[in-house]
Amino acid sequence: MTEEGIDLQADVLIIGGGMAACWAAIAAAQAGADVLLVDKGFVGTSGVTATGGPNHWWVAPEPGKREAAVEERHARSFGLAERHWMARIIEESWIALPTLARYYPFGGDGRGGTFYPGVRGPEYMRALRRYATDAGVRILDHHPALELLVHDDGSVAGAAGHGRLTGQSWRARAGAVIMATGGCAFRSGLIGSHGNTGDGLLMAAEAGAALSGMEFSVSYSLSPAWNSTRTLPYFAARFFDQDGRELDIPPPIGGEGAHLRALASAMLAGPVIADLSDAPDGLKPILRRIQPASPTPFERRGLDIFRDRFEIKLFGEGTVRGTGGLQVVDAHCQTSLSGLYAAGDSATRELVAGATSGGGAQNAAWALTSGRIAGAAAAARAKRDGRRLGAAARAVGQAGLRPAASPRPVDLKAVLPVVQHATIGYDDALWRSAPKLARARDALDGAWRLLADHDQGVGLDRGGLREHAAMIAAARWVTAAAHRRDESRGMHMRADRPATDAALASRLLTGGTDKVWTRFETPALQEAAA
Amino acid sequence: MIAHIFEDRCTACQACVSACPTHVLDAGPDGAPRIARLDQCQTCFLCELHCEADAIYVGPDQRQPEAISPEAILASGHLGRLRHDHGWDREPEPGSTGHLHDFWQLGPLLREGAEIAARRYSERQASDRA
Ligand SMILES: Cc1cc2nc3c(=O)[nH]c(=O)nc-3n(C[C@H](O)[C@H](O)[C@H](O)COP(=O)(O)OP(=O)(O)OC[C@H]3O[C@@H](n4cnc5c(N)ncnc54)[C@H](O)[C@@H]3O)c2cc1C
Ligand code: SF4
Ligand code: SF4
Repeated sequence: MTEEGIDLQADVLIIGGGMAACWAAIAAAQAGADVLLVDKGFVGTSGVTATGGPNHWWVAPEPGKREAAVEERHARSFGLAERHWMARIIEESWIALPTLARYYPFGGDGRGGTFYPGVRGPEYMRALRRYATDAGVRILDHHPALELLVHDDGSVAGAAGHGRLTGQSWRARAGAVIMATGGCAFRSGLIGSHGNTGDGLLMAAEAGAALSGMEFSVSYSLSPAWNSTRTLPYFAARFFDQDGRELDIPPPIGGEGAHLRALASAMLAGPVIADLSDAPDGLKPILRRIQPASPTPFERRGLDIFRDRFEIKLFGEGTVRGTGGLQVVDAHCQTSLSGLYAAGDSATRELVAGATSGGGAQNAAWALTSGRIAGAAAAARAKRDGRRLGAAARAVGQAGLRPAASPRPVDLKAVLPVVQHATIGYDDALWRSAPKLARARDALDGAWRLLADHDQGVGLDRGGLREHAAMIAAARWVTAAAHRRDESRGMHMRADRPATDAALASRLLTGGTDKVWTRFETPALQEAAA
Repeated sequence: MIAHIFEDRCTACQACVSACPTHVLDAGPDGAPRIARLDQCQTCFLCELHCEADAIYVGPDQRQPEAISPEAILASGHLGRLRHDHGWDREPEPGSTGHLHDFWQLGPLLREGAEIAARRYSERQASDRA
């Protein structure tokens, strides 16, 4: 990097600024570590936690209750979740959420008690910021990480990035690094997800990390066509085509795939209109009190949300409410790279949700738990090994930073449609097939070569460039994994392989940047397929 | 997308410049911030929530900017509404358990909505078969 930069160091470096990053930072600081947290945006508003309202998995420790909850959810994981991880996120959420009471204005539960499991995004993130600051965490807002630093032995040594408001580059060395950059929603417009471009997946993969479950990335939020909102008001919606004929759409819960496919087919044929007049009577007067921002886009268009009809759209959620992310290799949330831990949506959530979405309970409980576990483990590692400042550390970012061939500008606007078509395009994503996936692979490989070979960002531009590189990379892993998993399983729906193959009940790993690879986690399966 | 910053209300505190998660705003040298990268606006309304002076108005369409006059914004009564609803600067209503008094109802109301849809769907299927 040419411009003037700043050098930073800490025991534990956390990359990201959503709920997973904050819970990790708090845990590491409470374990005695000196913690530095760098976020692309502002800790409090950035990431999908801030605009959401995460409900955490919440089961009281009463005899048999948690075991039953785990069994019930495990049965819907398509064989890919782990009961001990599921039990662990229930326990950790139960312990940790009440500790936020000094910072978060928990309300009542309607029965005289306190309501802990569900929290409102902006207030939750405001509380976590204050909690982290009080615990001694140093927060650098608007300091996106661009790449990882790696020791000669392959372990992770820190990260480097750019200060968006300061214009200065930064380089941070640490005894351990936690990746908490969230999922990748492929710039679909999904509420709160503009910065969720999969940067952490790319940074880690460049250093050699494996990902898992990237084929499980087919999830959508329904919202008005002009603004992605929370989805509470739409659950009882009736749907119409543009001529006013009511559409037969299976209900939203209990068969998400059928619901989405029916809506998507209708949308491929023409505009789809929603009517919310059937919404629960109890919801209408208090929607604003639960989610102030949900009625806002309607009111500002002069619409009555529960009376006027409006056009809707499905906003792709990619790996945000999918389950794919960095592979977790041990009980401490370490990735396949020594010294790099993963938390929240940047890690795979197959361990707690399997092949179905963990949005609604598991994902938030996972983000909290993986954050706390990773924070404690990273602090312990830093205490044991120190910051290793004497050892050399090499920056390993490639695409967009260090082009493989002659630099020349690349038209990023042309890249995004290729990525979106392959990952969140209704037809390609909801009716996957080998020929479609092969076409997507070729188009994405072309986009990757163009960007990786030629594009080189300077200053502020590097951020946008790396975001595009990350989205292409994530799309390539999604496509490769979906191609390799020659069956349908949970949210991975192959039109050409509608059945689930009992022999493929194994998590599927992927990775690589210039050359993308896939490998089943179960060794026997890997050999059988080879 | 963010549509307007009311300079007469703005105290130039620059809180929105850092609070905007997607770096849409640049600090004004000695006045109101400047909308510098509108294409990055994700229409999250969070700058409004973080503006104590209620000086920001975000339009409802995230796909493109919409023309709206400052007079029309003021007349709409929407300015500051979101911040008021969140209750960040005011005491909770007396007798309530706080600004999040009704929040526990989210889950039950969501499930009730889904049940309404499921019931309606099976009734339609049954009448189609009849
Ligand atoms: C509308 C909606 C509703 C949901 N509701 C629920 C629910 O009810 N229950 C449930 O369990 N789950 C729910 N989920 C999922 C849940 O919100 C997520 O699992 C959780 O918020 C993830 O937290 P996170 O910290 O991993 O990610 P995020 O909150 O997305 O945070 C990611 C952070 O990484 C930062 N970042 C990104 N790139 C970089 C970079 N290069 N350098 C530095 N920082 C970077 C971003 O700025 C951001 O701060 C919902 C999701 C959505 C979208
Ligand atoms: S937060 Fe409000 S008052 Fe402060 S600079 Fe921004 S617009 Fe002005
Ligand atoms: S609406 Fe959100 S993204 Fe747009 S300017 Fe305000 S804070 Fe930034």
